[in-house]
Amino acid sequence: MKYAGLLVMTAGFFLSIAALVLFAAQAQRGAFVVCGLGVEMLGLVVAVRAHMEARGESRP
Amino acid sequence: MNLQAALPLTDSAFALTLVALLLAPLAIAGVALINTGLGRSRSAAQALLGDLAMIATAAIAFAVVGAALTGNLPGGAGGAGHSFFVAAKPWNWLGAAPFLMGGLGSAAPLSQLALLLELLAVCMAVLIPWGSGADRLRISAGVAIAAVLGAIIFPLLAHWVWAGGWLAQLGVNFSLGAGFLDGGGAATAHVLGGICALAVVWIAGSRRGKFPKEGLATAMPGHNAVYVAFGCLLALVGWLAWNVAGAVIWLHAPLAALPVTAVNTLLSAAGALAATFTVTRVRFGKPDASLCANGWLAGLVASSACAGVATPAESIFVGLVAGIITPLLVEFFELALSIDDPSGATTVHAVGGLWGLLAAGVFAPQAGQLLAQLIGIATLLGVVLPLVYLVFKLIDRFIPFRVDQDGERIGMDLHELGGGAYPEFVIHRDDSYR
Repeated sequence: MKYAGLLVMTAGFFLSIAALVLFAAQAQRGAFVVCGLGVEMLGLVVAVRAHMEARGESRP
Repeated sequence: MNLQAALPLTDSAFALTLVALLLAPLAIAGVALINTGLGRSRSAAQALLGDLAMIATAAIAFAVVGAALTGNLPGGAGGAGHSFFVAAKPWNWLGAAPFLMGGLGSAAPLSQLALLLELLAVCMAVLIPWGSGADRLRISAGVAIAAVLGAIIFPLLAHWVWAGGWLAQLGVNFSLGAGFLDGGGAATAHVLGGICALAVVWIAGSRRGKFPKEGLATAMPGHNAVYVAFGCLLALVGWLAWNVAGAVIWLHAPLAALPVTAVNTLLSAAGALAATFTVTRVRFGKPDASLCANGWLAGLVASSACAGVATPAESIFVGLVAGIITPLLVEFFELALSIDDPSGATTVHAVGGLWGLLAAGVFAPQAGQLLAQLIGIATLLGVVLPLVYLVFKLIDRFIPFRVDQDGERIGMDLHELGGGAYPEFVIHRDDSYR
């Protein structure tokens, strides 16, 4: 699950970068970049959840 | 940030920047002391020796390989290096300069200063995950982390941000302000270090007894609040010098602008301490020394990004926000997210640095600067974090991060060094090992 979260984070990065190439207007670029950051946050949540689950299973 | 775009340094600017860079290691010393003070007494000597070992390894790795990949020396400065083209725009992703710092002596004064600052920045970056891995991370693993950071990961990021790489060129290629701004190493040293700290905690796991099967997390307070507070004072001196030198080298600030940069640095730390003091006083009834130290440091980290572009009033605001979020996030990360980070590095360096980078975009006068900063933040989270985690996971397979159970029980000093930092002290039994 942690790897899936990290993969989603990378996907969010490419979404942000795509904004630079696809759009010329700053407003559209801004919206796309913010969406990319949102995807990265989702990926981070998945990775953190995976860490919490792993920690719960290995409690002494 | 492109060194070729800078005017040649005057002799007085060169001398001032060099003196500032000679004072900047005090920031590293401060962070090392804070890391040691926030760890346990039975791991204190190992913590400080590990700091020295990691600094030495990172410096050598950067000198041998990293400086070449960063690309600030002749043959690689300002936009040269390896590029590919997308949508008719160059994306410069890796520097190309001689290995072993070849040509350093004959390089332009500004390039020499830039390389010295990068060398210091990598030494700072490697100390941050070491603090998070306190009381269980082995020195050999720390040295391996320092080698990889110094040789590959830091140079890659430093090239993107500081040496004419694609983030630095966002302004030229896509009209996004002045490109990604990071005058004091908030991204290249602190966020990178904070991300490494998170990866270390994820891989090494929590200290034994930290999260019992039932009940709340066990409190494991730092062993020496004096080290922590003195480290904060040392860090202030180093940070003042660091931000002033960074403003000259990366932001091409005139000498007349440097006092404001120094004032902003101090105000950011002051605002952060005031906020953390108040928050902990309200939450716990009394101010918490270690959290206040974390708040102070978070204010300094945030100033690394925006001291060169903000006003004094804005710097106080930046510090206040850093000081409010730091104690809340340290608690949230530990209690809610099970992140056992003894030095609070993930919050202080990663979150504090990201906040500073965002604030630089908000307060910088150039149009489009906020977007450039957001793309830099997206890069740190979407590329650097996964890369660091994968590389660290690979290292862990060959050089295990975590000490064995017996080593953790007797302490890292005895296990790794054969002697304690305080041989005259009687070490009491730890209830968490019952």
